[in-house]
Amino acid sequence: MLSTTPDRAAAATGTPSRPRPSRRRVSTSRWVLRLVALAYVGLLVALPVGLVLWRTVDQGAAAFVDAISGPEAIAAFRLTAIVAGSAVLVNTVFGVGAALLLARYRFRGRALLDLAIDLPISVSPIIVGLALVLAFGWTTGWFGPALQNAGLQVIFATPGMVLATAFVSLPLVVREVLPVLNETGLEQDQAARSLGANAVQRFVRITLPTIRWALAYGVVLSIARTLGEFGAVRVVSGNVGGQTQTVTLLVDERAEQFEPGAYQLSVVLIAVAALCIVVISLLRPHGKDG
Amino acid sequence: MGIEARAITKRFGAFVALDEVNLTVASGQLTALLGPSGGGKSTLLRIIGGLEEADSGSVVIDGVEVSGIPPQRRNVGFVFQHYAAFKHLSVYRNVAFGLEIRKRGKAEIRQRVTELLELVHLEQFADRMPSQLSGGQRQRMALARALAVEPKVLLLDEPFGALDTKVRKELRDWLRRLHDEVHVTTVFVTHDQEEALEVSDSLVVINAGRIEQVGSPNELYDHPANEFVMGFLGPVTRLGEHLVRPHDIEVLTADSTGAVPATVRRLARVGFQVRAELHTAGAQATNGDPDSVPDAAEFDTAVQLTRGQADALDLQVGSRVWLRPSQHASVLAAR
Repeated sequence: MLSTTPDRAAAATGTPSRPRPSRRRVSTSRWVLRLVALAYVGLLVALPVGLVLWRTVDQGAAAFVDAISGPEAIAAFRLTAIVAGSAVLVNTVFGVGAALLLARYRFRGRALLDLAIDLPISVSPIIVGLALVLAFGWTTGWFGPALQNAGLQVIFATPGMVLATAFVSLPLVVREVLPVLNETGLEQDQAARSLGANAVQRFVRITLPTIRWALAYGVVLSIARTLGEFGAVRVVSGNVGGQTQTVTLLVDERAEQFEPGAYQLSVVLIAVAALCIVVISLLRPHGKDG
Repeated sequence: MGIEARAITKRFGAFVALDEVNLTVASGQLTALLGPSGGGKSTLLRIIGGLEEADSGSVVIDGVEVSGIPPQRRNVGFVFQHYAAFKHLSVYRNVAFGLEIRKRGKAEIRQRVTELLELVHLEQFADRMPSQLSGGQRQRMALARALAVEPKVLLLDEPFGALDTKVRKELRDWLRRLHDEVHVTTVFVTHDQEEALEVSDSLVVINAGRIEQVGSPNELYDHPANEFVMGFLGPVTRLGEHLVRPHDIEVLTADSTGAVPATVRRLARVGFQVRAELHTAGAQATNGDPDSVPDAAEFDTAVQLTRGQADALDLQVGSRVWLRPSQHASVLAAR
């Protein structure tokens, strides 16, 4: 997460001392590069997102309020909050634990765990959803019937959606926290031990403050990722309006059936994502001290 | 009392870091563990502190068997080579850490931390963060932090190893004076013989997982038990069948009983000293072939002289002289 800082510093100090090529060539290549980059980002990102925003504004404030305050929309917002919140919580706890395990202990299967953590990022969410149905499906799944008998429905219910969302965002916290732990090493922890601190005291007083910015960064990334999750959730949720429909699923349904509200709901998701990006960029410079 | 390590063995895979090591450290003394890196001295220190567990053997601190007791309940102070400062806490909070863990009262903590910061001359830096301190200041902070909990023993692992030469010298003088004031049983690890000779009351030379010799710095310097200890504590040269320190060789201009004839091959002046490299009669060429004539640059004995001595003897390259160990020289038979 710090990779941009040295570059920026190098650019700031290095550029003036470097011998300047002729002005004309610099400005030509600079203009071409600038044009290409802007056109690329413009066509790919700004234009489509802008169109969504424009459609929303075009349809007016009343349509916006209607779209986000209907019973299905409110149920979807609530479910998204529950699913994303639980998944982020689970991944934060797991992420910190796994990072500590990988950074501080050598054990059998360590390399395997390290690899497995990255798997969810590379596997398509649809496949994640199908795999979860296979494992937890209530009639055919491996654990499904047993859990069903115990009164817990996983697939086509909130637990399954939390699992699917947690799965796809699994590496985000681990991969932020692990490098910081590796870089910090064990000495501070050992010093705290020799001063009488037990495991809990060391975690709260030493480890947590050390990783706090990386952890916050990982959590914000996870929030952004979990709010937008669609594929895996679609497979495991059953997509029942008002019951197992998250905001992304609702947007999909509204758009497919040419019902109003898709753009307005999208704008809410875009706004939250934009907020996450702002928070991340605010956290970045702090990463240096922490 | 003090520290007793009994038959400590520690392996890392196939590598034997410590091989049945027995060591007694007297209470209140400043003891140095000296040896080359990888010799096992840091491992022994970490086992005493509980940061590493021995495969076999036991550690007794102040009469209490501590093997199996985790470091947080051993009441030892530990100082690391790279300071291990708590980076997110101020100097004051770093020193207060152990007392806060022990849930001492605010007023008591304030008083004790202030005292300690004065002791290590950091009173005006209390509110700084460790990143705003120099290396030497950080290490003094780490010492104050370790002393805050009134440990039974203070363990220092290459405490000055990461500092530059000038700060090292200042800090080791300061450590000596600090120990004279505080009198806590202290063990420090170093690979720097000068540091060990200068600071310690007692010296333990460790090599390849074994203790080579234990004694006062002067004892070890003057009466090394073997070639390794002699070589590790100072310069060694060969004189005929013996190993001698280069400054313990007398240079004579005439034959005398027990003296070995030699030819000066090279003279080098280093400041106020002169180093003479000589070839003794009867010495073999370094290629081991008794018949080959040693070439002109070869020498087998080095002698350290003051400039005055060298001038008085009128030494020149090619001069013929006689060498013998001086009266109080430490001499070992060469293998």
